Amino acid sequence: MSAFIQLVVSGLATGAIYALVAVGFALLWQTSQTINFAQGEFVMVPAFFVLVAIKYWGFGYWPAIAVGFAISALLLGAAFKGLVVEPMLRHGVLPLVISTVALAILMKEAVKDFYSSQAQQFPAIVEGTDLDFLGAVVSTQSIAVIVVAIGAVALLNWFLSSTLTGRAMQATAQNRNVARILGIDVERMILYTFLINGLLTALASFLISPIYLAKFTNGETLGLAAFVAAIVGGFNQVRGAVLGGLILGILDNLAAAYVSAQYRAAVPLVVLVAVILWRPQGILGRVEERSV
Amino acid sequence: MASAGLVRGTLAAVTVVVLAAGPEFLRPSQLYLVSLWAVTAIAAMGLNLTLGYAGQISMAQGAFVGIGAYTVALLMQAGLGFFPAFLAAGVLCFAVGWLLGYPALRVQHHYLAFVTLAFTTLVYLLLRNEQWLTNGVYGISGIQRPTALGFAFGTAARFYYFCLGIMALFLGAMWWMIRSPWGRAFMVLRENPVRALSLGVDTRRYTLLAFAIGSAVGGFAGGLFAPLVQFLEPNSFSLGYSLSLLLMVIVGGAGYLFGPLVGAAVAILLPDFLRFTEGYYLLLYAAAVMVLMAFCPQGLIGLSERWQANRRARLAAGGER
Amino acid sequence: MASVLEIADLHKSFGGIAAVNGVSFTVEEGEIVGIIGPNGSGKSTLFNCVLGQLQPTSGEVRIDGRVTTGMRPCDLNALGVSRTFQLLQVFPELTVRDNLIAAGQEHCGTMFSRLFGPRDAGLGPVADRMIEFFRLSHVAGERAGRLSYGQQKLLDAAMAFMGGPRLVLLDEPAGGVNLTMLGDLRERLRAINRERRSTFVVIEHNMDFVMSLCTRVLVLAEGRIIAQGSPDAVRNDPKVIEAYLGP
Repeated sequence: MSAFIQLVVSGLATGAIYALVAVGFALLWQTSQTINFAQGEFVMVPAFFVLVAIKYWGFGYWPAIAVGFAISALLLGAAFKGLVVEPMLRHGVLPLVISTVALAILMKEAVKDFYSSQAQQFPAIVEGTDLDFLGAVVSTQSIAVIVVAIGAVALLNWFLSSTLTGRAMQATAQNRNVARILGIDVERMILYTFLINGLLTALASFLISPIYLAKFTNGETLGLAAFVAAIVGGFNQVRGAVLGGLILGILDNLAAAYVSAQYRAAVPLVVLVAVILWRPQGILGRVEERSV
Repeated sequence: MASAGLVRGTLAAVTVVVLAAGPEFLRPSQLYLVSLWAVTAIAAMGLNLTLGYAGQISMAQGAFVGIGAYTVALLMQAGLGFFPAFLAAGVLCFAVGWLLGYPALRVQHHYLAFVTLAFTTLVYLLLRNEQWLTNGVYGISGIQRPTALGFAFGTAARFYYFCLGIMALFLGAMWWMIRSPWGRAFMVLRENPVRALSLGVDTRRYTLLAFAIGSAVGGFAGGLFAPLVQFLEPNSFSLGYSLSLLLMVIVGGAGYLFGPLVGAAVAILLPDFLRFTEGYYLLLYAAAVMVLMAFCPQGLIGLSERWQANRRARLAAGGER
Repeated sequence: MASVLEIADLHKSFGGIAAVNGVSFTVEEGEIVGIIGPNGSGKSTLFNCVLGQLQPTSGEVRIDGRVTTGMRPCDLNALGVSRTFQLLQVFPELTVRDNLIAAGQEHCGTMFSRLFGPRDAGLGPVADRMIEFFRLSHVAGERAGRLSYGQQKLLDAAMAFMGGPRLVLLDEPAGGVNLTMLGDLRERLRAINRERRSTFVVIEHNMDFVMSLCTRVLVLAEGRIIAQGSPDAVRNDPKVIEAYLGP
């Protein structure tokens, strides 16, 4: 039992991080029909911004994290929107998909060529001590990750549902034309979505890199996890993506322990196919009825 | 019009002559590279049918190449000749493609991308973990090259012709299919599935067909890949390979018959000419793809067509003056 | 002899809001029936339910006496039901001629002959006649996306006739078409109706077009039929005037 609790708690920690990435992914999809195949690399790269700030610019941990957030918002948010998504939208979905696939390769290669191909140590927010929780050993790091990630999602949820800007963003996501008629600055709302995605992936990066080390190939599994979480939970709902992320994290850990370490990576994929077969709109998703 | 046709005809003739004379002036490593180009071009042709003509995004072409390659390797190990094994690889991939298409088509079409993405990762895990069958990460080596009618294609030069011959065969078959009503059905599927359905085009059947045939062609490419490299390991067929095939089709020009040939050349042959870029080739390639997508999503062939059209327009304007 | 189209008590609601609310009518062979009604009265939803693009919530649709509710659009098309769309729906990258062949090819031959048989599925002459009939000869080799709006509209209509349909549902065929072409279109539709005994159901906002083309007119408001009869009778019906102008 204690082993089970241990697995669930560490699973929740990974799941909370997946949730952050999946929420960003779903937001981008809703507001600008962008399927970002580089989302995993968006989580891989911010850790290296921080490492550069610490190693080459001599920053302390917190200033470096602040710099990491700022660069992420700028590059992964604003520049991604302006230089990659916008020029592509008029060509339709496929060129944009291809472009994000190429962007993923570009980011991976850039980190490998200009920083290192080796896994890098990354500082954690809190010291890793072990606590006793109902007889199970739980690391403070897992708890910290869960608290920070859930806090961030709660904050985002509050922002989207209770502030004027957040509601304008939701209106934009639901129907851009109506939003425009209502006098909402649609372009600005879309930019905010991209900035939020940049910040979310950066946060995920800073939380996950201390656990799995920072490496240029990290994005491959993370990106896949984000897709699966978003689809399993429901593509058109923020809380769906959160639920999907948590389920996936726990399942991943349990599968590694009880199914097979070799096929650990297969479990989320099987879940994905099952969801697509039986509930394609996702667990919490709405059906989008198509008319002609 | 006539001059463009002439340019194209000359280009095709020169390419054929250069390829035919290849063994006279190419180093063995370069012969191998051109053979690899032919094999990869076949795989890309299959994906071009699915993606370029029928408009379905597949991220599993590399997995089908893998299934085809392992099928041929294992069946030949079991004592089967190359040609029956090669045929089996294509048939198996057709069947798997058909089955895989079903769940994806139940929902909107971008889900095919996700289902195929998951499939590619699953196939990779199977190839790596099912050691009793695939020998896992140690791979399968010593795959024999085929013999046809008592003629052995064992040497690099002979196998080079064999690969190019099979590629020409597939190019011809693809040309035939694209011109047939099937090809037209695939294209209307891409252009406007709702309208196609209302005109009696069974979109589900044609989508599955396009995907399954594309997958089968991938399987055939794999069947040729196995005797070419003579050593198979799971890492060759990871998600990265499927994505690179996807990029090749788009870079060459999706929906153009010769697009996959151009795309495969850029990905396989060009790095050999651009040795000076060293480790940065992939980085530059990715950046170039992004620029190409922004300015001409029709790929390199689309770009050359646009350039020719512009030149014609300029000539016409000059003539009027 | 059964009617070409029978609709019995058809309902369709979206999230509790009834778009079509108990519509019943029949259409006999050779008729040209017009359906008019204010925006949002459920005309297009009705079409989409009849044509299998939407699943009706309840009710029944019969074609030539055969229940077709829930059938896929492509299977309905094989039974001889064809349609045009409110917004332009041609295949922009294909030539005009290829658009027409694509529109008819599934009606001839088998899957086998469509791969190994002739490239035009034997429809070349039929397509050429249709091109001439709709006066598109001068653009037959152009890509459909490069045609003018009115020409695309004609092509759109021509495509619906390629399979030799028994019943054609036209969704606002006159929308956005200029006056000269409108006359053309009306004349073409009438000719096909006369020569082939094709049956038409037409949704249209252009009253002159409906009144001069149709033999019978149905008026839809809030998902129900509120009036029907000859064009003249409907034109003077006070209920119709009220539905359009409000109480």
